[in-house]
Amino acid sequence: MSDIELPESDATVSTETADGDDRPLRVESLTKTFGGILAVDSATFAVERGSITGLIGPNGAGKSTTFNLITGVHEPDSGRIYFDGEDITGLQPHRVAERGLVRTFQITRELGEMTVLENMLLAFQNQRGEALWRAVLPGVRGSVVDQERELLERAWETLELFEIDHLAHEEAGTLSGGQRKLLELSRALLTDPELLLLDEPMAGVNPTLEGKLLERIHDLTDRGYTFLIVEHDMDVIMENCERVIVMHQGSVLADGPPAAIQADERVIEAYLGGEV
Amino acid sequence: MTSDDVGDQDESRTQTREHEASQVATDGGTSATLPLETDAGARPRWQVDLGYIVLTTVAIYALITVLGLLTGLGVGGIFRQLQTVTFLAAAYALVVLALNLHWGYTGLFNIGVAGFMAVGAYGMAVLTAPPEGTTTPGLGLPLWIGIPFGVLLAGLVGLIVVLPALRIRADYFAIVTLAFAEVIRLTINSGALADFELLGRELGTGGGRGINFPLLESAIPRWVLYQGGDPAQGANVVGLQILTVTNQLGIERTVVESAVYTSILVVLVVIVFALLVRTANSPFGRLLKGIREDELATKSLGKNTDLVKIKVFVLGCAIMGLAGIFWQGRNGYVDPDAFLPIITFYIFIALIIGGSGSNTGSVVGALVFAGVLFEGPPYVQRIVTQQVDLPRPATVYDGVVALGAFDPLPLLGYFVGQLANVRFILFGVILILLMIYRPDGLLGHRSEPASPLHLSAEQSPADSRSAKRGGDDDGGDSSGGSDSDSDSDSDSAGVDTSTDNGDDDPLDSNPDDSTPDRGEPDE
Repeated sequence: MSDIELPESDATVSTETADGDDRPLRVESLTKTFGGILAVDSATFAVERGSITGLIGPNGAGKSTTFNLITGVHEPDSGRIYFDGEDITGLQPHRVAERGLVRTFQITRELGEMTVLENMLLAFQNQRGEALWRAVLPGVRGSVVDQERELLERAWETLELFEIDHLAHEEAGTLSGGQRKLLELSRALLTDPELLLLDEPMAGVNPTLEGKLLERIHDLTDRGYTFLIVEHDMDVIMENCERVIVMHQGSVLADGPPAAIQADERVIEAYLGGEV
Repeated sequence: MTSDDVGDQDESRTQTREHEASQVATDGGTSATLPLETDAGARPRWQVDLGYIVLTTVAIYALITVLGLLTGLGVGGIFRQLQTVTFLAAAYALVVLALNLHWGYTGLFNIGVAGFMAVGAYGMAVLTAPPEGTTTPGLGLPLWIGIPFGVLLAGLVGLIVVLPALRIRADYFAIVTLAFAEVIRLTINSGALADFELLGRELGTGGGRGINFPLLESAIPRWVLYQGGDPAQGANVVGLQILTVTNQLGIERTVVESAVYTSILVVLVVIVFALLVRTANSPFGRLLKGIREDELATKSLGKNTDLVKIKVFVLGCAIMGLAGIFWQGRNGYVDPDAFLPIITFYIFIALIIGGSGSNTGSVVGALVFAGVLFEGPPYVQRIVTQQVDLPRPATVYDGVVALGAFDPLPLLGYFVGQLANVRFILFGVILILLMIYRPDGLLGHRSEPASPLHLSAEQSPADSRSAKRGGDDDGGDSSGGSDSDSDSDSDSAGVDTSTDNGDDDPLDSNPDDSTPDRGEPDE
């Protein structure tokens, strides 16, 4: 495992935003209502480059909705989302992902009747063979095959990194819950992301695997990747995140280093169900 | 005994002819699918798949021939049946392949197939119907304009349907397509568009009267057989070869023409099949599968799934239009009743029989459906009524009453008389049996690689590294990965380079620079 090179993130070379602010993701007074329910209530926060930021909060605090708003699954009622200084509010999910803001899902969304390898290969951006004419026309197809071979090599490397290469030819639907989490994270990595939004990556993962997964995430942050993680396991959040954002009833309750969050009265109250 | 012997001889003779027929199909297949071999390396897969198709064809042909011979139907009757089955199976194969692209690959639940076939057929018919002398005048344009127009029109209508339907869920999408197909059929059927004037020309859909257009079954073969497509000008080079042989055998020209028509359709199926196999075995095919499995996940990987869905839907509809044209082209007449929703469900049955998500399964399903389920019962009925003089009670009641008098013949006769309707029960029974015993279709659960490479044969570099270490210890670890990789695919890699040198694709001019970097323009 150790002799395998980690993929380099584009983020290592990416420039800082115009105003010298090195926070690739900024969310400003984001609001979303579903019917009469205020799911996200003018949430404002930012994520620093090369860091692991935790997003926590009791059930129904609006964490997943915030993820959905950032990644374009839902459109916010008001507020702005900036990624690398550019306004990405209301962009389609694939446009957001193209820019290097890639997510995983709380309930894994593996492509069940495709093999693990096919799942991985799908993730690469700008594949020549994704244009129908190149995929079909003789002659041009040669270049598609060449590229496929390279992509395959990178897919294998990443599968080895996450130690699921022995499952490569299995259909993704037959994988265990933990393996699916690994597949989703490794698949997300192959999109060449800058910032990864992980929605409960440790849920259903055994402690040994959890340790390995965290190790990977730390390695990746060292390489310039940025993580925003929703997680319910407080130990994981407090031990691994540089900053923690606490959401409660749709709005940001607290935002700071883990130690400060742990000492914050309001956070404790929110978790214990007290009056805020 | 003796009659059996004669039967056997006859059978073997017809078998040879079938063999020749299937040989033709195989040859066509080989030449059209050959590129698959060159670009993806050693891929016995498509040969295996072609084997399934040929095997099914031969089995169905043999079944029809044996049944016909045993009951003394005669060579003519058997030949006619084989031709009908081949034609119908090819027409079905074309449209089932298109539906498989929609539903099997992309998960687009299109239950408006008949509507898109109608658009193709009517688009062609309105353009090519003679301007005078028929009940429904057309523009009288030549077929080479009419057929592509029908295909494009079907694609265009597909675009119109898919654009608003993109935002809705799969089940609603199904309803939209079904409703649209019915809208198309009812529009064609209505008097409003039956006759109208456009730029001084009179044309229309003919409403319930339908449209007569040039009989494709003779018009298209004539272009193949005669100079200038006109029998009066004599046979051309190809025609001379074919007609000399058939004249010697004493086969009528209309029979030859319709055989040529069927052959052209078979060639079309082979071409479409080869293109769709290529589409499936590519990164584009991977996108399709991804959309089918989980569209949001695929979107979240940076894929413009809407665009892909549009492309696929339009392409599939165009193929459906083409199938509609050739299907109705055999009658030279088209009316709205040919495109009832039941047609769509026949096509679904064929796809389910073969196994959705598989191009090979689509063709096999079309063969089995058209050859056995659809054409089988009327064939049996024809044979039985020709051979045995069964009583024909008017109602099933009479048959049951006769059963009380220990005479089963009336009931049997009633049953045989109703065989054409009994097949609908057969469809249901077959579907139920399939759901229970072969839920993934006749060919079973198939994993066709969504990649131009033969993925399942690819070995993990780690595996091949360790295998190499086991083999020779002095192999350097640093180069182990790439070495072993090239070992495992050396043959295919060799073929690749040769194809690359052969074509002048601008993208290949710098083969080193093929990293999938973001900046590369792709679409």
